[in-house]
Amino acid sequence: MEPILKLFTELLPGLSPLLPYWLLATLSALIAALVLFGFIAVFALFAIWLERKISAHMQDRLGPMEVGGWHGWAQTIADTFKLLMKEDLIPEKADRFLFKLAPMIVFSVSIASFAVLPWSRDFIPTDLNVGLLYILSISSLAVIGILMGGWASNNKWSLYGAMRSVAQIVSYEIPISLSLITVILITGTLSMQGIVQSQQGNFLSWNIFHYFPFMFVAFVIYFIASLAEVNRTPFDLPEAESELVAGFHTEYSGMRFAFFFLAEYANMFIVSAIAATAFLGGWLPPFSFLDFIPGPFWFFGKSLFLVFVQMWLRWTLPRLRVDQLMYTSWKVLTPFSFVLILIVSFWQLLTL
Amino acid sequence: MEAKEIYQRLKDAFQDDILEFNAEVLQPFIKISPDKTEEIAQFLRDKDDLEFDYLMCLSGLDLGENLGVVYHLYSMKFNHKIVLKTEVSKEQPNVNSVANIWRTADWHEREAYDLLGINFVNHPDLRRILLPDDWEGHPLRKDYQPPKSWHGIPVTLANEEEQDGANE
Amino acid sequence: MAQTNNFPETRFELEIPDPLKTDEFILNMGPQHPSTHGVLRVLLKTDGEIVESATPYIGYLHRTFEKHAERMTWPQVVPYVDRMDYLASMNNSLGYALAVEKMMGLEVNERAQYLRIIVSELNRIASHLVFLGTYGLDVGAFTPFLYGFRERERIIDLFEEISGGRLLYNYIWIGGVAFDAPDGWLEKVNEFCDYFEPKIKEYNDLLTFNKIFIERTANVGVIPADLAINYGLSGPTLRGSGVNFDLRKNDPYCIYDRFDFNVCIGKGEQGTVGDSWDRYYVRIEEMVESAKIVRQAVNQIPDGDAKETVPRNVRVPAGEIYFRTETPRGELGYYIVSDGGKNPVRVKVRAPAFCNLSILPAVARGTMVADLVAILGSLDIVLGEIDR
Repeated sequence: MEPILKLFTELLPGLSPLLPYWLLATLSALIAALVLFGFIAVFALFAIWLERKISAHMQDRLGPMEVGGWHGWAQTIADTFKLLMKEDLIPEKADRFLFKLAPMIVFSVSIASFAVLPWSRDFIPTDLNVGLLYILSISSLAVIGILMGGWASNNKWSLYGAMRSVAQIVSYEIPISLSLITVILITGTLSMQGIVQSQQGNFLSWNIFHYFPFMFVAFVIYFIASLAEVNRTPFDLPEAESELVAGFHTEYSGMRFAFFFLAEYANMFIVSAIAATAFLGGWLPPFSFLDFIPGPFWFFGKSLFLVFVQMWLRWTLPRLRVDQLMYTSWKVLTPFSFVLILIVSFWQLLTL
Repeated sequence: MEAKEIYQRLKDAFQDDILEFNAEVLQPFIKISPDKTEEIAQFLRDKDDLEFDYLMCLSGLDLGENLGVVYHLYSMKFNHKIVLKTEVSKEQPNVNSVANIWRTADWHEREAYDLLGINFVNHPDLRRILLPDDWEGHPLRKDYQPPKSWHGIPVTLANEEEQDGANE
Repeated sequence: MAQTNNFPETRFELEIPDPLKTDEFILNMGPQHPSTHGVLRVLLKTDGEIVESATPYIGYLHRTFEKHAERMTWPQVVPYVDRMDYLASMNNSLGYALAVEKMMGLEVNERAQYLRIIVSELNRIASHLVFLGTYGLDVGAFTPFLYGFRERERIIDLFEEISGGRLLYNYIWIGGVAFDAPDGWLEKVNEFCDYFEPKIKEYNDLLTFNKIFIERTANVGVIPADLAINYGLSGPTLRGSGVNFDLRKNDPYCIYDRFDFNVCIGKGEQGTVGDSWDRYYVRIEEMVESAKIVRQAVNQIPDGDAKETVPRNVRVPAGEIYFRTETPRGELGYYIVSDGGKNPVRVKVRAPAFCNLSILPAVARGTMVADLVAILGSLDIVLGEIDR
């Protein structure tokens, strides 16, 4: 709570003597939450538009050009209104309670992850000393929402998608955690802010260039596994539209579908933000003389770049098969990350 | 191999079941008896000098009194063709199936059964293929009268009868 | 060849002890499903991700073509023929026109013959481009789809210019073609070939030799040559199994014997001969060969009146014929019976996709659901032709 409270009191110095501490803390937390919620909504709108434009240009076409004037910037806003106005369909044989609960769980999980992302030296909603652990554990909760949605829809394709999704996310948690352990070994802290601050200096002191090339490999492993974690191509099996129609959200429409959709784009940002924090120096600028540009710019820029790479891959690669997906996780990524942990620990022992 | 020679081979092997040979038409054909089709097909496929391994087409047709089945065979190896024909009466349209000789005949025979009502004896899975399972009648027969409706869906258009008149 | 009912070895044999045996999962894939290429329904019995049996149910697009044809005059059948394989209308009407011409003993004007070759080979390229795109979609790559359609658009523009239609052309008539090529059209065809040939490399870079694509298609849905012949497969699907058989070479029709081109067959470069990758790659190579034929035809085409030999009244003498041509999907056969009247007595169509699809239950057994989609895509079916 402290850093955000400090930021808050700095911005509004006149208020702090007037209000009691508990009210001030609650207010600042609320404001931070609202800011982040607004950010997620705006970012998702922007990312969807961006994805459509990127895919369009990769495919030799223009993408949305009409709505809003300049390059169809308002297209996703119009789409959101369309989704809002759509009839809220629930299949007759569905488990109504779980069906309604599922998108909320998926969406709240992705919002919850934003709590520990460090935007700058001062702006971090909560600087938990186990921040990384918190993110890893909270993001696995999304599986429950997906399974719930797939099961409650009472549709065989949805169930297929949900089962695939569970198998996939559970498998890919492991390489993700293992590759992040190498980061923890180097920085010696689980706090997100601590991880960023240990990478001070120019870009060569970022974790990705630490123990070159081993940490670079760890980054690649993390990135591949994170694609699977957020169901992006080439690991988009749970929603493989040519096999499973639309996977676990086949039966969803209107606002509930929009929640899944928002969560997907929020998750894309979260995994990229974790990668940026753990490997690419978070809000630190690449050169120390660029210090005058505020932290959020660097943090957002790095994350957005990784989001772009995710989109790039999506519009280039075909999709893996289930057994190949499992093979990649259990027989390639997991052993490699174990070996990396060993190498990094030995290196640390030798250089003590 | 020429059609004449193929006919001789078949005549020697099956005698009375080979009913007719006609080389006067565009594509010479051999007429065979409907309950020997499977044996003849096996013979044509497995003999080393014939080796008709490819069934190009199997068609059923309505000949007025009778129903006919026409087999167009081809040999990949020798690049020769032959046409087999067989006829059955409309009352007892039983033809021996060749689906176990050429697997491709499976669906072709189902289609002939579906549209013309030819019953293929020994077919592994003789069901309707193009029309719904509970459809009545066999539409490609010349005397077929379409039903007025099917499960409440109108089948015959109101002005169909006028059109009939116009075409004739 | 004696025992042809043996299905190929399954890849995933599961031995589950009896007490653990659970129910089969029955899954209706289609009639509305993104990768059944139309309105095909495949009834799947699965054990988790593994398909235990797949039974196709067809007929959802049945338009009673054969019954219609019996009530039409001979030239009136042509537009109906176009609507069977709507991705390759030119090739379909070519087969019908050739069959009827052969029954009539009609010699077609040279220029019309060349125009027919040009349009049907262009249509073959267009059809294979759609295959390329949809197959990419089937295995999860979206971008090749639009690349394929980008090139197809130019072919369709050419067709629009010569026939007025963009999907259904009604261009090849009995005795010739509907219109002569407009001024400058042949040059445009040549320009298209110049533009198109380098694009093949783009597809290969993006999709064909992509590691994931190879993993998904190589060794998947292997059809051995003898099984393929026994099931009556034809066209690229048969050639993918390594059978060197192309009607344009082996049973030449029209004027295909005047052109120099290769028959592409599956070689098993990335896996086994006859797998889905081979069937895919045969089509890619065929596009190059078709472009080659188009170039030769444009260079050789004589002057003349393309409509010279179109008869006023089509009188077909009594008789019957089975005539087959090579469409993008394989052997399209017309079995036509005439009694000398103005309508055909019977027009039976031997649709290539109809036969190609019939092998699905045999190859799908023991594969995974994702493989089934890849196999179905590699057969390149068009439901309009299967159901007629």
